[in-house]
Amino acid sequence: MTMTTPDTAHKGLGFASSLTPNMMGRALRDAFVKLDPRALTGNPVIFATWVVAVLSTASAVAATATGTAAGFAVQIALWLWATVLFANFAESIAEGRGKAAADSLRAARVTTKAKLIIDPKTGTVIPTPAHKLNVGEIVLVEAGDVVPADGEIVEGVASVNEAAITGESAPVIRESGGDRSAVTGGTTVVSDWIKVRVTSQPGSSFLDRMIAMVEGADRRKTPNEIALAVLLAGLTLIFLIAVVSLLGLGKFSGVELDPLVLGALFVCLIPTTIGGLLSAVGIAGMDRLLKVNVLATSGRAVEAAGDVDTLLLDKTGTITFGNRMATEVIPAPGVRPEVALRAAIIASLADETPEGRSIIEFGRNQGVAIEMPDGATAIAFSAVTRQSGLDADGRSWRKGAVDAVLRECKLAAPPSALETAIDRIARSGGTPLAVSQDGALVGVIHLKDVVKPGVKARFADLRRMGLRTVMITGDNPVTAAAIASEAGVDDFLAEATPEDKLRLIRAEQGKGRLVAMCGDGANDAPALAQADVGVAMQTGAQAAREAGNMVDLDSDPTKVIEIVEVGKQMLITRGALTTFSIANDVAKYFAIIPALFTAALPQLGAMNIMGLASPQSAILSAVIFNALVIVVLIPLALKGVKYRAVGAANLLSRNLLIYGLGGLVAPFAGIKIIDLVISALGLA
Amino acid sequence: MNFQGWAEIALTLGLAIALGWPAGVYMSRVWNGERTWLDPILRPVEKLFYAGCGVDPNKSQNWLGYAGALLAFNFIGFVFVFAVLRLQGVLPLNPQGFDGLSPHLAFNTAVSFVTNTNWQSYGGETTMSTLSQMLVLTVQNFVSAATGATIAAALARAFTANRGEGVGNFWADLVRTTLYVLLPMSLILAIVLVALGLPQTLSGGAVATTLEGAEQKIALFPVASQEAIKQLGINGGGIFNANSAHPFENPSPLTNLITAVSINMLGWAAFFAFGRTAMARKDVRALCAAAFILLFAGAAAIYWTETQAAPALVAAGVDASVNMEGKELRLGGASTAAWAAMTTGASNGSVNGMHSSLMPLGGAVTLFLMQLGEISPGGIGSGVAIMVVMAMLSVFVAGLMVGRTPEYLGKKIEGREITLAMLAVLVIPLCILGFSAIAAVLPEALKGLMHEGPHGLSEILYAYTSATANNGSAFAGLTANSPWWNTTLGVSMLIGRFGPVVAVLAIAGAVAAKPKLAPTTGTLPTHSSQFVGLLIGVIIILGGLQFFPALALGPIVEHFQALAAVSGS
Repeated sequence: MTMTTPDTAHKGLGFASSLTPNMMGRALRDAFVKLDPRALTGNPVIFATWVVAVLSTASAVAATATGTAAGFAVQIALWLWATVLFANFAESIAEGRGKAAADSLRAARVTTKAKLIIDPKTGTVIPTPAHKLNVGEIVLVEAGDVVPADGEIVEGVASVNEAAITGESAPVIRESGGDRSAVTGGTTVVSDWIKVRVTSQPGSSFLDRMIAMVEGADRRKTPNEIALAVLLAGLTLIFLIAVVSLLGLGKFSGVELDPLVLGALFVCLIPTTIGGLLSAVGIAGMDRLLKVNVLATSGRAVEAAGDVDTLLLDKTGTITFGNRMATEVIPAPGVRPEVALRAAIIASLADETPEGRSIIEFGRNQGVAIEMPDGATAIAFSAVTRQSGLDADGRSWRKGAVDAVLRECKLAAPPSALETAIDRIARSGGTPLAVSQDGALVGVIHLKDVVKPGVKARFADLRRMGLRTVMITGDNPVTAAAIASEAGVDDFLAEATPEDKLRLIRAEQGKGRLVAMCGDGANDAPALAQADVGVAMQTGAQAAREAGNMVDLDSDPTKVIEIVEVGKQMLITRGALTTFSIANDVAKYFAIIPALFTAALPQLGAMNIMGLASPQSAILSAVIFNALVIVVLIPLALKGVKYRAVGAANLLSRNLLIYGLGGLVAPFAGIKIIDLVISALGLA
Repeated sequence: MNFQGWAEIALTLGLAIALGWPAGVYMSRVWNGERTWLDPILRPVEKLFYAGCGVDPNKSQNWLGYAGALLAFNFIGFVFVFAVLRLQGVLPLNPQGFDGLSPHLAFNTAVSFVTNTNWQSYGGETTMSTLSQMLVLTVQNFVSAATGATIAAALARAFTANRGEGVGNFWADLVRTTLYVLLPMSLILAIVLVALGLPQTLSGGAVATTLEGAEQKIALFPVASQEAIKQLGINGGGIFNANSAHPFENPSPLTNLITAVSINMLGWAAFFAFGRTAMARKDVRALCAAAFILLFAGAAAIYWTETQAAPALVAAGVDASVNMEGKELRLGGASTAAWAAMTTGASNGSVNGMHSSLMPLGGAVTLFLMQLGEISPGGIGSGVAIMVVMAMLSVFVAGLMVGRTPEYLGKKIEGREITLAMLAVLVIPLCILGFSAIAAVLPEALKGLMHEGPHGLSEILYAYTSATANNGSAFAGLTANSPWWNTTLGVSMLIGRFGPVVAVLAIAGAVAAKPKLAPTTGTLPTHSSQFVGLLIGVIIILGGLQFFPALALGPIVEHFQALAAVSGS
């Protein structure tokens, strides 16, 4: 596993990347293993193909024995087997990536002994194998130790390297109490020590669940996949009826029908394309999530992501940078702007808060940089004074809440020009900070919650996708409204408590909407559990990680947007392949029906509009096309059809044109070309 | 082809859907229990029914209760019809002195009328007593039509429910549809038809002396009243063997127009009523558009094939401008084309010309319209219900391509709905192709055929298609009154009717239980012209894929043979 620098986003666990020859080899082998009919029972279409392949093989053997037209029968049988193999291969190759990822994760499993604390008073530890730890027991983890199980820190602070889980090598701080208290089995403590209370049973840890997920071991069919499988099974039955009934109808019409050819017709008609690729599409969907470093606990959750109507987004970190930043310094009347700016910077020199840093940064951008004067005394912020600053050389600089600084400057109210500015800042959702120099008011700093660049465009995209965005914030309604309109969200929830969040989710769901949200705090857990798609941050509290149905290993709250796109992409790919598969049948009819009947009813030769060389080559071409199209479409199934945020109607038009009309036309060309080739080679 | 012909087709088809709209608003009011202007007269009668049967009309049933009531009612109807037909010889009102029907014919006929098929393995004027016509056949003409309407009402309510259970009360739907819609409209139509010259008498017949001096018995019945519900109820079973080609059933171009319009009017009305009750008027307009385009294309195709110079006529050197074989000279080619499409697009089955005599491709169109599942506009209620099922399938296949779990009218379409929708669709090819394939090789069955070769195959296909689709029209040429045909056609009618009916009601149950979702810009719009195109595409491709091989061996090869036979000579 490669380690990456922290700013390499979405490197995808490092292992879910491109296909290696090794994976191809494994997939090929698995494709043959899956010829076992028991492995095919979940896939009626491919199972039906398997049955016909067996029957046609028998027929080919019989033909060889009697020496009549054996070449044709053998070729049909071979291509039918190829159809099944191609379908199996598609599934294996999709599974291959997950298996590779799972192998890497298994390496992270703890094999060393854990230090189990048997006597909390003395702190006596005994070495115990990690898999024998029980829930509730407390272990000591020191620098260099691997955390033996998932747990909650009860004592201590440590920096932890979570690369084994997230692929992210920069260590994170974990400490007891609060939302940073969860640790994951398999991660490594880099410095200090912690005492951890075990929260997972052996075998059901986060790592175990991850392995099971990426491997697809407990992969269950999603509701939509089940519905699609039923449709495909239904179509298979319909075509079985259509083909079998030809035995009787043909006999009446004086047509001798070769069962081998009827079997070939049946396989060509049933939706083998989508049937063969269906599970690959589902697995690839999970895989794409894994690539953006998101783990879903079930395929159902991925599917639900595509259906989400309402997105709840925390303001901080998702919409804004999370820290208020200085965006302007307004001088008091009669004060020169650079004096006010210098005063603001000096007052902030000792301020290590993000707000203070942003003032220095703002100054630097304006071309003003000031060194800390020697012998300066920092005046720290206190709840009583509500201001902070610096004293040096008998001079003083302060910045703080407007009323506090006014009192310091012995003013009842700010000058009217400044008062207007203060009002404007407050109304726009910002925070005004007054600045004084030597007891005189020199200006006001505008601290602003800065909306991340590109967020507005992203939300516009979401709106076109049909998603409503709701911003959640603890800010007051005025501030919230200002930021909401700047970011372009559809709605906001101000002064939100966790209970408010839960209530909002229930209200949205009551209106028939699906809700997605992300969260990391323990108090987010109920809302995460209630949401249809709950994305917990890997760095978040244990309770949050258990409540959500997805975990974002990058702990990036904007990820939820990508998750929605992955969900949509998966559904689109299924629909596109189904449409393509069914549309293909029209051309196959025009190849096979004339071929079946022309011997007895030569007038039906008029339907051979592709001008295929002979009945045998027509049938063989259709069968070959049917098999090869699966292989051709494997990359599409794995990569997925691209989702475009252009509105449902436009998206449908586009995809109908490509996969519907394309599905009608492509096989006419494909079958004709194959026919030309096999005629040229003299195969039929 | 001429302008007058096209105008006639457009007028007939267009008038039916235009009148269907207000009728649908009225039908929806009836389903919803809203006030109608007939309330003062009919409300007491309606209450009498509920009091007599101990039914609480306001108690909404779940889908199982609804389906159970529907099946029980139809089963009792079947037993009663079967008994009367078997015993007609000893029952009164039998002026012609007809005997009771054979068991297989009685079975076939009882099933046929209970299922709203009105397939007739017999000639009416030589088999049925006046009592049988009035007491059992006419009654079933009403209640079987109302039964079809009930499933649309139940399905419409299901789409408005939000995590609900009830889909309405079957008894109330049945009584109200019969009492407020079918009876008054039939009464009006019957009076109009009497005014236009249709017989309405219990006298049994007239005796005339022909020019040669021979004595001729002319059968007479209460034709006008039977005719009204035969068309309005989308039944199609004629009193006379020649059906609406008979001058007593359809004496003039005006009666032809009126009765043709009545074939489709209430089918369309059920579409509009569904839209109003389901609060999905715009979406249902799209369904109507798709159905109407299919119907018009069907009529146009028949008219076109009928007016192509028939190769055999050209070869014989006679007038080949229009193929008049099997048509009434007084009605003409265009009206037969319109009627043929309307009767097969609906599940009516009355005919004003013989479909067997259509050009092969015209015959294929009538077959195909039925094989699509009787959706354009189909029977009252049953048509719109199956169209909704087709819309659900279309949304499911193509709707995935917009990146959401497909939903229709605010309801997610998932495994259960698709399973049931496939069941509703699957029974059609199963009965049509399954029975046809067996009949095609069974000597017992083949005895009933008039033709060999492709046309013979078309006769077989047509019979099972007509029965399964609950259409009831006959291709002519097939003598179906034999144990094999009566039994298997009866079974086809039963499966073709109650399979989809139960599946649709189960869908209603599943849909009602789901939360009603609010549409977003990410939802596939189901009222656009785009959706109309998609729906038509899915219907034609799905239908075509199922029946193309069979049609290739029947009418299609017959078409090529007809061309080849002449060019070769």
